[in-house]
Amino acid sequence: MERKNKTTGTVAGIIANLVIVKVEGPVAQNEIGFIYHPENKLMAEVIKITGDNVYVQVFESTRGLKIGAKVEFENHLLEVTLGPGILSRNYDGLQNDLDKMEGVFLKRGDYTDPLDREKKWDWTPIAKKGDNVTAGAWLGEVPENSMPHRIMVPFKMEGVYTVKNIVEAGSYIVDDVIATVSDAEGNDIELTMVQKWPVKMAIKAYDNKPRPFKLLETGIRTMDTLNPIVEGGTGFIPGAFGTGKTVLQHAISKYAEADIVIIAACGERANEVVEIFTEFPELEDPRTGRKLIERTTIIANTSNMPVAAREASVYTAMTLGEYYRSMGLKVLLMADSTSRWAQALREMSNRLEELPGPDAYPMDLTAIISSFYARAGFVYLNNGKSGSITFIGTVSPAGGNLKEPVTESTRKAARCFYGLNQDRADSKRYPAIDPIDSYSKYLEYPEVRDYLTKHIGEGWLDKVAKTKNLLLRGREAMEQINILGDDGVPMEFHERFWNSELIDGVILQQDSFDDVDANCPMPRQKYMLEKVLDITDKKFAFENFEDLSGFFKRLINHFKQMNYAEWESDKFKKYEAELEEIMKERLN
Amino acid sequence: METQAFQKIYTKINNLTKATIMLNANNVGYDEMAMVHGRMGQVVKIMGDNVILQIFGGTEGIPTNAEVVFLGHPPQLKVSDQLAGRFFNAFGDPIDGGPEVEGKIVDTGGPSVNPVRRAQPSQLITTGIAGIDLNNSLVTGQKIPFFADPDQPYNQVMANVALRAEADKIILGGMGLSNDDYLYFKNVFDNAGALDRIVSFVNTTEDPPVERLLIPDMALTAAEYFAHERQEKVLVLLTDMTLFADALSIVSNRMDQIPSKDSMPGSLYSDLARIYEKAVQFPHGGSITIIAVTTLNGGDITHAIPDNTGYITEGQLFLRMDSDVGKVIVDPFRSLSRLKQLVIGTQTREDHPQVMNAAIRLYADAANAKTKQDNGFDLTDYDERTIKFAKEYAVQLLAVDLNIDTEEMLDRTWQLFKDNFSREEVVIRQEFVDKYWKQ
Repeated sequence: MERKNKTTGTVAGIIANLVIVKVEGPVAQNEIGFIYHPENKLMAEVIKITGDNVYVQVFESTRGLKIGAKVEFENHLLEVTLGPGILSRNYDGLQNDLDKMEGVFLKRGDYTDPLDREKKWDWTPIAKKGDNVTAGAWLGEVPENSMPHRIMVPFKMEGVYTVKNIVEAGSYIVDDVIATVSDAEGNDIELTMVQKWPVKMAIKAYDNKPRPFKLLETGIRTMDTLNPIVEGGTGFIPGAFGTGKTVLQHAISKYAEADIVIIAACGERANEVVEIFTEFPELEDPRTGRKLIERTTIIANTSNMPVAAREASVYTAMTLGEYYRSMGLKVLLMADSTSRWAQALREMSNRLEELPGPDAYPMDLTAIISSFYARAGFVYLNNGKSGSITFIGTVSPAGGNLKEPVTESTRKAARCFYGLNQDRADSKRYPAIDPIDSYSKYLEYPEVRDYLTKHIGEGWLDKVAKTKNLLLRGREAMEQINILGDDGVPMEFHERFWNSELIDGVILQQDSFDDVDANCPMPRQKYMLEKVLDITDKKFAFENFEDLSGFFKRLINHFKQMNYAEWESDKFKKYEAELEEIMKERLN
Repeated sequence: METQAFQKIYTKINNLTKATIMLNANNVGYDEMAMVHGRMGQVVKIMGDNVILQIFGGTEGIPTNAEVVFLGHPPQLKVSDQLAGRFFNAFGDPIDGGPEVEGKIVDTGGPSVNPVRRAQPSQLITTGIAGIDLNNSLVTGQKIPFFADPDQPYNQVMANVALRAEADKIILGGMGLSNDDYLYFKNVFDNAGALDRIVSFVNTTEDPPVERLLIPDMALTAAEYFAHERQEKVLVLLTDMTLFADALSIVSNRMDQIPSKDSMPGSLYSDLARIYEKAVQFPHGGSITIIAVTTLNGGDITHAIPDNTGYITEGQLFLRMDSDVGKVIVDPFRSLSRLKQLVIGTQTREDHPQVMNAAIRLYADAANAKTKQDNGFDLTDYDERTIKFAKEYAVQLLAVDLNIDTEEMLDRTWQLFKDNFSREEVVIRQEFVDKYWKQ
């Protein structure tokens, strides 16, 4: 896209945030342009070109815009700025730093710098003079909130370069030249800590992308135990409103075992973002003891912000994730909700008068979602180190119906499915992840199975399978009981049902508002599951089914008290001992 | 903005539909208002010199040679303390016979609050209704609708909530309000001596439906003035948002847009979010809380309007007739307040979260027992007890005609637990049981 002069044009038509521009000169698909409005410049992206008419989607309100306004195209696609200082920031969908904006209300055309240009960073070189480097190679590092932030050869640079000079350890600002490299023809290129990358392109500066195999602990029992997600894996959480998508997402982002967490609040409530930046500076990362906000970046395009920037926001988040992955870090990317992004696509497709697909969504929706999910993954970098992006998106199915286009398209792309069940939510069984419909394809991967067996224990997978089977049998028993009545089924059915209730109450349900129960590390998950499975194997004597249900309710109550108690604390052990007593009374 | 000293008058309309006109004009801004044959219109599309206007009052009787004057600005409202106690139409003109309001001219539908300039909603709003205060506590800066069938007394409940909420200002946005309901609100507020705290923007069923589209923006522009500039606690009541959405679909249909689910425009989510997201808690203490009404069709919450609303708002209050006790209740299953976690157990008594959850779980058990009963099966002793509990719970706590404080709600619930269940069946943290399970 090398052009000497900027292409210009004038506004010829306006339909809400779709603007038609008559251009003089070349423009590229997805090129960024600015529309000159009397007080400010409005950023826009090219989405369709027919002859001289260029259709752009404007990332701002077009209120008051007039025919004839001047437009200038920028010679580049929508880009993010990459460099140290991204963590703990609150960006909008276009990576403007929200904290740098003045005033209480967002001003149209207010574009702020995503980085701090004055802050000094403690630089330590990694590459040496004479090294041969390619895009993504680590030149040096600076500590960013205690995380090693690697400064890399810009991803846009093709071919092999030789390091001609690299500055010594010391304190530098991001715009200082930290290295000079020369290309094959001997041309020198000066590099700073900052580079840019177009958000809609995947960063591919890595050696290879194997199948993911390492468990990513989330601290959520029903996920880690039953349907684990892996480092570099993809998952999605569809759920009608009120089934707890957001609470679940926040819980994952708090306790998951990741170096970096990027949260894209895409077309969702502003108060949810406020919750994150109110709570995260207070909460500690259970693994490092540092504040959660230090490892977190928020991309906030809330539902009342311009629709076109909603689409950009998920790409911005993914690109930031890829940047940190290239540093050899474990990134967890959360997007809430991808349905809003799809709706933004639908609004634009509608204004462009394209022929609609199902539910008026654009025909290429599935392709767009798939190629986005495909950007996640575990990678080995060129230097042999590894990095990953684990991506979990939520989906807000219209009317709670999982047979709608966004859910169906996502199901084809994501490998873990955490379906939130309305009935569970109604009876406050949170997290409302349906244990039977949900799945993790990773449990079928031999490399994941080996990993789990090695790290959690021999026979773990059999226990997981057994648990799932007990849950399924419990549900079947419950259906039979509902059809035939309590007295119409043998005691065995009640036993089956209550075994599954025990698993549900102790393992599946988890109180994310309780300080202790909110995060359940893997050893504790294992201990509790084994304890519960032990009980399901035992034979107890009961007079009748009411006697049986009363007994199980007491068990569940005691187990819950254990869940609320600190791991292996006196309180925990006290309830455990009582539990043994209760069981002794009943054992045959 | 354009000065109004020199206004060009256009007199040639090219196309006319039921809701829109098209004419050739220059130097027109997008979203700009215009006066067309004495009616208000707004620019919705510009292609070269073809300008399409949406006429709020409909186009009946507009001739092709009608006078069209562009006003050079989007919809506006004059804001000042003089708004208090007044009634306006969708254009912000007084309808109570009083004088014009003097004040600062503000464009309605203005920009959003920067998320980082918001504070976390934190102040409990009490309403005396246990279905709300106990199970779905409200917080200032929250947005929440009542989901109700048209035959439920939602406007009455909303008026009660508004008056008990201790707001500095109550702003009523009435869309398609029947004249009777309009007068009802006026009377209730008047009788409560609260009229000077109320600002009303009303579009009644007698007014053109498309005018409704302006009501929420008007109400919220006034709300922003009081909440931000005067730092007051403002409560905005929007009733009925279903009629607002219906007006959106009328316009989008006339504009030949491809409808998505339930004939609603594809942008319904964004259109509703733009309104509801005006709910805000400012760090300086001012706040906008939105309580809306979304009427349902036979309790169907999967319809596009309640569905999209549910994804935007911070919960919903579902009104339902409980035929077992003959009272309208706030349904504990379908209702939700997302922000209650910020206040329950901290601004209310410590046992609140667990008591609330336990009661709802037992109420759910009662629902299962009832299904069993309906299918003709024998009930167990536990089933019988849950059914008894459910009835008492509905009458003593869920019914909307209640007015008691939260402490009493909790005590009542403990009493019901004790009357009907054993400690183990209730499953509550031991220390709370020890403390509140009265001997």
